Amino acid sequence: MSVSSVSLSRLIRETTLQLVFEAKASHIGGALSMVDILAVLYEEVLQIDPRQPQSPERDRFLLSKGHACTSLYSTLAIKGFFDLNELKTYSANGSRLLSHTSHKVPGIELSTGSLGHALSVSCGLALAAKRKRKAFHTFCLVSDGELNEGSNWEGILFAPHHKLNNLTLIVDFNKIQSFGTVEEVLNLDPLTSKFEAFGWNVVDIDGHNHEEIYLALVKAKSSADKPTVIVANTVKGKGVSFMENRLLWHYKSPSQDEYNLALKEIKG
Amino acid sequence: MRTAFINQLIIEARQNPKIFLIVGDLGFSVVEPFAEEFPDRFLNAGIAEQNMTGIAAGLAMEGYTVFTYSIANFPTLRCMEQIRYDVCYHNLDVKIVAVGAGYAYASLGPSHHATEDIGMLRTLPNLTIVSPADPVEARKLTTELCNIPGPAYIRLGKAGEPQIHNDEADIQRGIPVKVLDGKGTAVFSTGSIVKYALDYIAANKKDWALYSFPYLKPLHNESLIEVFNQFENFITIEEHQLNAGFGSLILEKANDLFQAGKIQKFPGIKRIGIEDEFISVAGTQDYIREKAGLLLSKVP
Ligand SMILES: [Mg+2]
Repeated sequence: MSVSSVSLSRLIRETTLQLVFEAKASHIGGALSMVDILAVLYEEVLQIDPRQPQSPERDRFLLSKGHACTSLYSTLAIKGFFDLNELKTYSANGSRLLSHTSHKVPGIELSTGSLGHALSVSCGLALAAKRKRKAFHTFCLVSDGELNEGSNWEGILFAPHHKLNNLTLIVDFNKIQSFGTVEEVLNLDPLTSKFEAFGWNVVDIDGHNHEEIYLALVKAKSSADKPTVIVANTVKGKGVSFMENRLLWHYKSPSQDEYNLALKEIKG
Repeated sequence: MRTAFINQLIIEARQNPKIFLIVGDLGFSVVEPFAEEFPDRFLNAGIAEQNMTGIAAGLAMEGYTVFTYSIANFPTLRCMEQIRYDVCYHNLDVKIVAVGAGYAYASLGPSHHATEDIGMLRTLPNLTIVSPADPVEARKLTTELCNIPGPAYIRLGKAGEPQIHNDEADIQRGIPVKVLDGKGTAVFSTGSIVKYALDYIAANKKDWALYSFPYLKPLHNESLIEVFNQFENFITIEEHQLNAGFGSLILEKANDLFQAGKIQKFPGIKRIGIEDEFISVAGTQDYIREKAGLLLSKVP
């Protein structure tokens, strides 16, 4: 936890908003809900050198909810994985900045966009670290909606069975999915007890409180023999009042007026 | 073939520390010797093929050459998207092994009939597809897969297939293998049904040539051009749906080569395969093949 992760989160929100506005893109709600988690991860927790994003010793971060890539691209550019100016090409003809997370972009481990893939791949990375006695930690961030996918539950069974204490799953629990609330579409409650029953360390936090995020991540990194899941209670569209908790912002791109208003709120 | 595969994989794993085998809770009395000799490079992922394939992708990202092993459609169709997106798109060193090609598990029913896999998998970029006809091909292809990085699919029969080639047979990437010399007509086939074709030709004293296609992808043009120019008529026979299968592949190749002016005459090609149906009666592999009309007697 630090002042710098808070200021980083503000910069990520601003950059993401601008990127989504200029590209007339969608999915800003889910991109904003995970910003504080990204800020703490990249500012405080992940051991990754932006100049050597392929270093074998690096921690691995896999974003499973690939549709929310705008805030991850923004984070990576701000942290120096690639030139900030490249963000202007987002979703333009020929750009490598696809509107679902692309592994052609420096700092991205895995392309995602089809939900329910990254946890299994993360299990493979964590298992490889175990078998090769490597010290890196693997973090995987999933959305709540994608926990509808059965493949995730195969991974959720697998990780504790193989004592993957070098794996941390983060659920961006913003309670809204593509076509309704999680409760309406396919209820996950009680989510924390489900994970406990599957044998995970479970940490339930406010996903916008940097101190809570930091402590949960640090604790997860030193888990004795279980994988950890951080159920991060978040708000879809966090940081822009008129986007918060509204399904509409899974799809809509801000108008000029909305952009100005949102920018003002983020800058505070 | 599965015995030839696992024995060869063990030989390769002794000299190649990157080889890793994951099974989907199958392989009883087949994979145990590998598991015992290389416990650090073996995993039973449970009956969870999507996760198994994702894990394979993760292990491959960390430098392993990963074989995923299961039967029938489970390591392929069941986790098609993991193969497409995680393995093939990221171009990872994952080799998918399916035992029970075609009707090898005949009486187990359509759940266990692997008769659409070629069609589905050959549309995937970066994926090598091999389909051995006998234990010799299976052994040589296993070695080949261990040494060529990138995604691949190996379509194995079951166990106890007779040997077609001699031990020194030359199996080369992308090239069909001549099994029989002949005149006028050439039979193209792939997988364990090659042996049926061989026996049929001998029993009926046909003067047909016979080619086995261990490689379906890649399939090099040069050797095909040579064979297309050498015969008048062609028969393809496969233990797979006609739609998008091996015969379709040959037709596509013939068409493209003809359009490109690489062959002067469009070859006459009679395709024998499954005619867009499921077979839902019990029986032996030979019985089900016959039921599905996989018979060279269809050709006068
Ligand atoms: Mg959500």
